[in-house]
Amino acid sequence: MSNKPPYIADGCPDPKLSTLAVHAGEDRLKPGYAITDAIFCAATYTFPDSQAVLDFAEKKLAREEYGRYGNPTEKVAEQKLAALEGGQAAVLYSSGMAAVGGLLLAKLRAGDEIVLFDECYHRTRQFCKQELGKFGIITHQAPACDYDRMEAAINRNTKLLVSESPTNPHLSVVDLARFAELGRKHGVETIIDATLATPYNVRPLEYGIDYVVHSCTKYLAGHNDLLAGVVIGSEEKLAAVRDLRGILGMINAPHNFYLLLRGLKTFELRIRRHNENGQALAEFLASHPRVERVFYPGLPTHRDHEIARRTMRGFGGLLTFQVKDADWRRTADVVDRVRIPRIGPSLGGVESIIEQPSLMSYHNYTEAQRNAMGIHDNMIRVSCGIENPEDLVADLAQALDV
Amino acid sequence: MQFRTRAIHEGNEHDPHTGAVVRPIHLSTTYVQPGAGQWREFDYSRSGNPTRKAFETTLASLESGVGALAFASGMAAIHGAMMLLSSGDHILAGADIYGGTYRLLHKVLDRAGIEVTLAPSTDLDAFEEAIRPRTRLVWIESPGNPGMSITDIRACAEMAHEHGALLGVDNTFATPVLTRPLELGADIVMHSATKFLGGHSDVMGGSLVVRDKALYDRLYFLQNATGAILAPLESFLCSRGIKTLELRVREQSKTAAQLAEFLDADPRVARVNYPGLPDHPGHEIARGQMDGAFGAVLSFEVAGDFEAARRTVERTRLFQLAVSLGAVESLIEQPASMSHASYDRDVRLAHGIPDGLIRLAVGLEAFEDLRDDLDQAMAAAGPQ
Repeated sequence: MSNKPPYIADGCPDPKLSTLAVHAGEDRLKPGYAITDAIFCAATYTFPDSQAVLDFAEKKLAREEYGRYGNPTEKVAEQKLAALEGGQAAVLYSSGMAAVGGLLLAKLRAGDEIVLFDECYHRTRQFCKQELGKFGIITHQAPACDYDRMEAAINRNTKLLVSESPTNPHLSVVDLARFAELGRKHGVETIIDATLATPYNVRPLEYGIDYVVHSCTKYLAGHNDLLAGVVIGSEEKLAAVRDLRGILGMINAPHNFYLLLRGLKTFELRIRRHNENGQALAEFLASHPRVERVFYPGLPTHRDHEIARRTMRGFGGLLTFQVKDADWRRTADVVDRVRIPRIGPSLGGVESIIEQPSLMSYHNYTEAQRNAMGIHDNMIRVSCGIENPEDLVADLAQALDV
Repeated sequence: MQFRTRAIHEGNEHDPHTGAVVRPIHLSTTYVQPGAGQWREFDYSRSGNPTRKAFETTLASLESGVGALAFASGMAAIHGAMMLLSSGDHILAGADIYGGTYRLLHKVLDRAGIEVTLAPSTDLDAFEEAIRPRTRLVWIESPGNPGMSITDIRACAEMAHEHGALLGVDNTFATPVLTRPLELGADIVMHSATKFLGGHSDVMGGSLVVRDKALYDRLYFLQNATGAILAPLESFLCSRGIKTLELRVREQSKTAAQLAEFLDADPRVARVNYPGLPDHPGHEIARGQMDGAFGAVLSFEVAGDFEAARRTVERTRLFQLAVSLGAVESLIEQPASMSHASYDRDVRLAHGIPDGLIRLAVGLEAFEDLRDDLDQAMAAAGPQ
């Protein structure tokens, strides 16, 4: 992004990531001279007189009006997120899916087509095929990281290319420069859901991607205690996206804006530890005789290791592995013996979480459908928190030890 | 389990009713009981609250204690400990204790007939000479504020116990990441949770942790009887903050050490007070009782006078001019005009707080950004 705004006005021309995490988006002197941003709970905002109303309506005065259109605490959180991602602007939503849905609804109309890599989050694929399909929008899928198949699916109606990177739960890593180039070549905008990467590990806008999406519920908020989503990109491209959010109202809430801001203050530290833990656990599992295969881009055995090594600063806290010669029950036994990670969906928080995809997110699919998606009964997904890596490794070791 | 893992999991078992990975925040003031005269674990929130209890359980584990009590502020926690004393009892406290503690001892507890002596805890012989037959409590801080003096906690514990007194340690500056006073023989460890435990400049809170169940029961009785408890939302924010405590303290301490070295080598700086520097008088003791780092607060003297220091603290752009410490944002202040302004100048100088002293509370920003900020502020403050 060429014309980034100065993320920390006055005095820190080229701030590092941890400095951005603490200060970006915030006024140095805040209301009441408080060191932290206030939680603005107000649903509506008052005007001193009718002239002010008129000035606001004629866009001569930038200010708040009504909570659905914007909120001062929300603006700080959006500007901090934009700064971390190296973007101009950010639009926050009530959840990651609201962000994906809000962006797609703002950009597409009947007759348009989109192409997804098939390892996108299954709810994203469901939303595109079922819900957007109802409005005459056509969704094509190409195998993850198969750029030729993706290109072959592009036609003159294609408006968007969509992928996650890394993907979940296979941790495929997209060659972002190639993905962006594919879009530019065909005049199609590109979206990357970078939830698993976080802007510590990779900033897709730097590769020419048009929109970055995050489920902030995960690493950005980081404490498993709020839901949020965000779209980041240029001010110009996001104007219509922000307008539609104001109409549909899938906004987040003031207390969440604050908890998100608070979580972002330790963003850089947390991700470094998530990366360390992910790498340590992946290496341990890769050498374990009961483990058939480990999906982690930080391992040389991963298909996309070279691209990951070239483009990512670290490889994240999420990994998936398959238990050797185990059916779903014997795999579940490993999950049930684990003592530190809790069993549950979601990822990216300080607490480690473990799950068996075939029982958790993919239980409602048939075995044939699961196999087609590469979801096997002996798969276990671990979201490494920020506990000590020795404790996580020892815990998985005892869980695998029968 | 190691420290960081316990910080995340001890006291934070998932909610048994819903499976929620983060327990609900219990705002309820009262709890329904099974029968008249029959009591569940919680009855009334002054006496106990599940959200407060979760924070107390985590903290007790991190400080290697049997139990913790969370208070409405650091001062409320210190007062909670001081209420163990009776009229005629004597407190011996370190000479460089926090000004608020000084005020509590000399302007509140004195009215209850409790006697106080301040003596330098860094000089154990002089400290021991100040013990009296009725000394019931010895109270120290390490590192001390703002000179970063280091007190030998193990030696103080032995001395206090020889004379039949309890040792209380204000561990706010070191945090349990770096020093666990109960493991060194102290009886009570106190925190202003407002600082590193909360860690984000958005909670006022305090705590006491002890290693003896009978002492815990006495302190619990006093807290319940007087009511200076930590509120549920603050308890939640402390629990949330403590999950990243080790990461924050280690990172902030690392940056503080780098800044201390930078300032120590700068000709515009007359002196740097940081226990991690080899020439600090407490360096050897600090190496023994602080686990691998020396904390995130330091002070330094700019060459020149009161005005030179004032100009410097007013010209930083990243460091913010404010009292308090221990949070993610870096702060700067001039003790002579801010945190220690209530001292008479002579007394202040005698306490080793010169006009040109500047205190830094180092946050989570990148070292390079903080270094460049101090550099430009000293340059902008002009010739000393």
